Amino acid sequence: MPGLNEFLILSAVLFCLSIAGIFLNRKNLLIILMCIELMLLSVNTNFIAFSYFNADIAGQVFVFFILTVAAAETAIGLAILVVLFRGKNTINVEDFDTLKG
Amino acid sequence: MEIATLNLNMLGLLPEIVLLTMACLILVIDAYLPKHQRYLTYQLTQGTLIGTALLIFASFPEQRVLAMNDMFISDPMGAVLKLFIVLMVFFAFIYSREYLRDRNILKGEYFVLGLFAVLGMMIMVSAHSLLTVYLGLELLSLSLYTMIAMHHKSQTASEAAMKYFVLGAIASGMLLYGMSMLYGVTGTLDLTRLAQTINQIANDHTVSVAILEKISEIKNDNIAVIAIGQQITENAGGATAAIAQILSENTDNTAAIAAIKPIIDQTMQSYTILLFGLVFVIIGVAFKLGAVPFHVWIPDVYQGAPTAVTLFIASAPKIAAFAMLMRLLVDGLQGLQVDWQNILILLSILSMATGNIIAIAQTNIKRMLAYSTIAHVGYLMLGVLTGTQEGYAASMFYVVVYALMTLGAFGMIILLSRAGFEADQLDDFKGLNERNSWYAALMLIVMLSMAGMPPMIGFWAKWSVLAQVIDAGFIWLAIVAVMFAIIGAFYYLRIIKLMYFEKAEDKTPIEANIDMRIALSANALIILLLGIMPQTLMVVCLGALGVS
Repeated sequence: MPGLNEFLILSAVLFCLSIAGIFLNRKNLLIILMCIELMLLSVNTNFIAFSYFNADIAGQVFVFFILTVAAAETAIGLAILVVLFRGKNTINVEDFDTLKG
Repeated sequence: MEIATLNLNMLGLLPEIVLLTMACLILVIDAYLPKHQRYLTYQLTQGTLIGTALLIFASFPEQRVLAMNDMFISDPMGAVLKLFIVLMVFFAFIYSREYLRDRNILKGEYFVLGLFAVLGMMIMVSAHSLLTVYLGLELLSLSLYTMIAMHHKSQTASEAAMKYFVLGAIASGMLLYGMSMLYGVTGTLDLTRLAQTINQIANDHTVSVAILEKISEIKNDNIAVIAIGQQITENAGGATAAIAQILSENTDNTAAIAAIKPIIDQTMQSYTILLFGLVFVIIGVAFKLGAVPFHVWIPDVYQGAPTAVTLFIASAPKIAAFAMLMRLLVDGLQGLQVDWQNILILLSILSMATGNIIAIAQTNIKRMLAYSTIAHVGYLMLGVLTGTQEGYAASMFYVVVYALMTLGAFGMIILLSRAGFEADQLDDFKGLNERNSWYAALMLIVMLSMAGMPPMIGFWAKWSVLAQVIDAGFIWLAIVAVMFAIIGAFYYLRIIKLMYFEKAEDKTPIEANIDMRIALSANALIILLLGIMPQTLMVVCLGALGVS
């Protein structure tokens, strides 16, 4: 059985991967949405690990709420993506540069 | 395991329940209304807001009351902030109706989403658990993303929505990561218990640092034990109590010191993790407030969103973000005040500098006001970082005044816009005095107030936070703040110059609904009146924080 540290390292690695994915990716908006999801999952790992090792149920309850909100968030993100695609016919991140200054 | 007893105390959150029910009802009613009766949605929404405000007023709590198994708190500060949030949204809806109709996006969904955003803000204000903070925040953010994207024919609006969505999601992720760290160390989500545990750890940390110093200074273990014993006179509890017990039980001094070491290591480790979590929590909050360096979304969103939505985003949610700052840092992490104070000082200076300087270079007034918001956020944090009740009250005063002024400024942009024309360039304000001297006077009041000139309320807002900063001993910080305020005055005064000393290029008469005209005039006159009698609002803010 891995200890608390292993879980925390795993979630930190996932978190960093998702941040890197968001900022390094210049091609596809969908990948950004996937990275956001990954970020929330890494936080979930954290909460579950703490909840298990602290023997406190609240952390696991929090995870359910995060999962639900993440689903709603992705739905809204995809909806905005569809609106964007209708207007520009592209989901390339670099093409969205109308607003600058 | 203790058996959870239900302590719902539903009466404490009656306004929220009514608001939620009405929002759902309005959503259904709007779907079945025939097209020519859609104005009913607007009237129902405004009625709901008035009703909610009355309920908040009627159930005004005298002291802290917990509800929903300690997930929810109603206290005077929360009630006052909620009243102002509802008031701001009420004004925002009056301003936005005609604008939305001209652009063919006057849909019932706009008002329903607005009500849900208000609900989210009220939950944020009344949060007493990390979970409720997060849920309120998400309810607000998700509504705002959708409101921006509602103008689906506008390219800039959908682009702004996407940028806001991605950056907002990152900020929520950061906030959650920080919360998970806090939860890991303290083992609780409840803000009061969190604060107790953190205070304990912070005390232990102070004692541990002192003990470590003594051990490294004094080589003789027998003398070291006596020195350690002197450190543990007060605040006994947690790790400190454990150390005291080891000292009293152990006769062998070398063994005692060896036994103390792991306890100290444990304390140091917990404290480091707490700081780690604190940084992530502050990033999340700073993003929602729009403090530099987490401000990148503000200019793009303010400029890209339809002005009516910008007006909405710029006013009430800032009050809610201030409440979130108070709930997390003051109610939850008071024990780490020394640490977050430094971070806030840095954020505040950066915000004042970046906001005020970059705003000068803008030609788009919405973008200029966005940078002005960033600067205002810097001032608003000045009060909080002092760490005193008076300081919090000064910040609360500032955020309310800020919301009022922003409402007025964006209201004027909406007033000058018409179907097919956005008055979002600085040049659109040229010669406003010729076109309509009353509106020019109103804009003059708003701009002077934003610049912080007496006798407007904006002056008193800046004055009160600066007075608190000086009281706390940061005179250099007050000087820096005043310097940036002077730099910032330039771009507000430029608008006044454009209105009064330039020829009008656009001679179209300004038309608006009667309610819009009354609301906008009232808005500007309140700024002037409160400036003459700042005590009225200040007393409310001080009273809300329990300072008499």
